[in-house]
Amino acid sequence: MINEIISMNGYGSYVWSAFSFTLISFTALYFVTKLQLSKEQKRFVSKFGSLNAEKAIAARSQNINREILSNTSNI
Amino acid sequence: MFKFFEPNKIFAITSKAPKYVLFLFIIVLTIGLNEALILSPEDYKQSDAVRIMYVHVPAAWISLGIFSSLALLSVGSFVFKNKNFALIAKSLAPSGFIFNIIALVTGSIWGKPTWGTWWAWDARITSMLILALFYGMYLLAWRIYDDKEQVIKVTSLIAILGVVNVPIIKFSVDWWNTLHQPASINILSTNTAIHSSMLVPLGIMTAAFALFSLLIFLMKYNTELIKVKNKGLDRL
Repeated sequence: MINEIISMNGYGSYVWSAFSFTLISFTALYFVTKLQLSKEQKRFVSKFGSLNAEKAIAARSQNINREILSNTSNI
Repeated sequence: MFKFFEPNKIFAITSKAPKYVLFLFIIVLTIGLNEALILSPEDYKQSDAVRIMYVHVPAAWISLGIFSSLALLSVGSFVFKNKNFALIAKSLAPSGFIFNIIALVTGSIWGKPTWGTWWAWDARITSMLILALFYGMYLLAWRIYDDKEQVIKVTSLIAILGVVNVPIIKFSVDWWNTLHQPASINILSTNTAIHSSMLVPLGIMTAAFALFSLLIFLMKYNTELIKVKNKGLDRL
């Protein structure tokens, strides 16, 4: 059974390389995108941290900024 | 009309959605791979090589769908002067490009056992390669230009010019003599040349690929919104 699945009637190398290429591409794109997102989140947190009290209050008044901060609390 | 879709209003949803989409994608992909690699039957002519169809066809469909969306969003950003359309298009492009590359590479791998060659300058394959070039130019333009107004104009132009290629890809197998087989599935008709035992895994894999492109879109869109907000903090 396992040998049949691996050999695929002699087409195993074609089938498995096509599926492997697809899954490797998915994994690479997922991790690159995740890395870019976490980099921007870190930049936001560090910029927010450097604001003075008055500017921080003004920034916090926007819903989206509060959402970003709540999503990055574990960074 | 588009106020409901303003970034400030939808970020609460787009920031939380990726983990649920990822979970759903893993489940659907697992079922799809099981169907595509183990449960579905082999083809009477192509034998097990037909299984490449389950990654090749959904990748091609989604790359075409995403490029058509880029063109529609580009027209939308011109007509409604809404920059959010451009941001959505920018976030969709990377997954469309990857699906285009997957369609080309898996098609080439499928070509060797069925046609006896890795590559042929055939109308369908060449037009898919041209689509990849348009995707490449679109993504490159976002990296090259700094001026926001200019980059929106350039990328919109690339998307609108490139979408002319989409019907050429679709009908290339009917208009020219090609190595590539004609379409086996017609969404406008109930007649399909594929048996349900192969159509079901194809449908599941298409759903899995669509979920993956949604996942990448959401993550990329959130990245773009945070980039905008980072610039906003600089201006405070």
